Amino acid sequence: MEPIRKHTGLVYPLNRDNIDTDQIIPKQFLKRISRQGFGQFLFYNWRFDNDGAPRDDFSLNYKQYENASILVAGENFGCGSSREHAPWALQDYGFRVIIASSFADIFYNNCTKNGILPIQLTGEQTQKLIDRSESEAYTITVDLENKRVYGSDDFSATFDLPAYQQEMLLNGWDEIAVTLTHENKIEQFEAQETKY
Amino acid sequence: MGKPKTIVEKIWDQHVVHQEEGKPDLLYIDLHLVHEVTSPQAFEGLRMNGRKVRRPDRTFATMDHNVPTIHRNVIKDQISKTQMDTLQENCKEFDISLADIHHPDQGIVHVIGPQLGLTQPGKTIVCGDSHTSTHGAFGALAFGIGTSEVEHVLATQSLWQAKPKTLNVKVNGKLGQGITAKDLILAIIGKYGVRFGTGYVIEYTGEAIESLSMEGRMTICNMSIEAGARAGLISPDQTTVEYLRGKRHAPKGEQFEKAALAWKNLASDPGASYDATVEIEAAEVEPQVTWGTNPSMCIPISASTPSPDSATTANGKDEIKRALEYMGLEAEQPISSVKIEHVFIGSCTNSRITDLRRASEIVKGRKVNPSVRAMVVPGSFSVKAEAEKEGLDLIFKEAGFEWREAGCSMCLAMNDDIVPPGERCASTSNRNFEGRQGNGARTHLVSPEMAAAAAIEGHFVDVRKLGVPTA
Ligand code: SF4
Repeated sequence: MEPIRKHTGLVYPLNRDNIDTDQIIPKQFLKRISRQGFGQFLFYNWRFDNDGAPRDDFSLNYKQYENASILVAGENFGCGSSREHAPWALQDYGFRVIIASSFADIFYNNCTKNGILPIQLTGEQTQKLIDRSESEAYTITVDLENKRVYGSDDFSATFDLPAYQQEMLLNGWDEIAVTLTHENKIEQFEAQETKY
Repeated sequence: MGKPKTIVEKIWDQHVVHQEEGKPDLLYIDLHLVHEVTSPQAFEGLRMNGRKVRRPDRTFATMDHNVPTIHRNVIKDQISKTQMDTLQENCKEFDISLADIHHPDQGIVHVIGPQLGLTQPGKTIVCGDSHTSTHGAFGALAFGIGTSEVEHVLATQSLWQAKPKTLNVKVNGKLGQGITAKDLILAIIGKYGVRFGTGYVIEYTGEAIESLSMEGRMTICNMSIEAGARAGLISPDQTTVEYLRGKRHAPKGEQFEKAALAWKNLASDPGASYDATVEIEAAEVEPQVTWGTNPSMCIPISASTPSPDSATTANGKDEIKRALEYMGLEAEQPISSVKIEHVFIGSCTNSRITDLRRASEIVKGRKVNPSVRAMVVPGSFSVKAEAEKEGLDLIFKEAGFEWREAGCSMCLAMNDDIVPPGERCASTSNRNFEGRQGNGARTHLVSPEMAAAAAIEGHFVDVRKLGVPTA
């Protein structure tokens, strides 16, 4: 997994609550057996019409957001299905950071396993980011080490994230390798279990 | 005696492998269920790193999401076939038991785990599927995981997990005649929303919960994730024990009695404290129908769709407006006036034998409305066989229902069972998200009885007007 320390990028605002993983990546694209190539299907049913042509009323298709790498949304981002194809699609499309007023639990976890940084800010803070990025090309910087977000203007906020996940993301660790250093403890646990 | 504990604390304490300041706990996983959609990349990861499956004996795989439900051998979609073939090859390579599409144990992963007795109280159970919460009905700590975590569990039989907060959802009193577990869980989500469970494990308690069958409890726990909770569970009792008695993977003889005692001891202690509690009065619950594009957008059958003006925030107003538009409904439209074109009885929420029995009682001697295409998709091969032994298939077929092979089917429409754009479906599944049953499809979540009644009438109707099932 690619480490992430500091990231500066263009903000794409998606001002909706309860964006579920069925919208992030619809089920017809879950049939692939590799982790790659899901970006083209991101928000497919919102981005494309029934004939597969890009819809000009969906903001991700606007020229101004072409190079966005930070997505900002409302409450409960990533709810629903546990499909990890959702963070794979976001990442493959070019997003490294997702900012929302709240996240669904499974999606949040899935992001941190894929080098995507999920940041929870207050409703007021996300609204500010949304307003500014809707009206102009708006760039912000995310500093994971110091858990800070700041804008090219006066915007500044701190965020929280569990120390374990912070370290995983900063170092891009292979979690399985870390766990296997405790293999003797897993063996001990298995040896003392009650069996029926 | 020590401090009273909740069932979640008891299960947790029994499964901690390693604990360290400033880190989540390393939690042992007793049972890992695997299906074709969320596993290929995990097996690929193992191969790339030269890793093995640590406990093939605690891993169990089936095919459900993609499988054809008309003819087992006709898989039109090559990519679906590749995904199923890949699971077959992976299970062979890593020595994992697999119930493939021709196997008598095949079915939706959350239907077969309990049926085979793999699901047991006190176990930690995971699967790359958010409705793994279903298994919590047995007093197991069961939750959905992503594919990276699937790979992690395959390799280590454990997961790093922060101890969750607990939320007591207390259901006071008794459900009224003809009111089902599905109506109750929809009413709970309707009242408290789609994110009140985020960050928590829900424990459902109270008289109405205790009097539910295991199937009813599974319906409740299944939809915990629709309230935002990764896991939802119910303390084991005699109902749990009797369900498991004689199941293939349950302990046998004297061992069973020992296990039963240990299981019942897992129940939350009187006076145990929760991080949060919400309550609902069972007697107030009516048959529910969802009108919108998430499960909290639901109303009693006697009510009308809301108006955007009823929301207090700008995002809320916008959400109602967009949902009504997507669903092709007006504001303040009586839900019973809404006509449907499809009925789907199935999914891991409502495709068990008791669901089919109750729906069949409504259908018996009646005909599906000519404007409706209706189907029953049993949750597993063995549910189907049992229903056929009881003649339920004939009741459904005579009424004009299609009778299918087991699988997820129209719950997420990954196979050929799709609702066409703009058409409307009364569905016993758990998600009414945009496009869930097909691009542009409009889903209304209901109980199996309400789905059966809608099939007959061609629009939503209070099933109690057609009779109250006794099964
Ligand atoms: S029936 Fe539906 S919700 Fe259940 S596992 Fe299958 S696709 Fe998921």
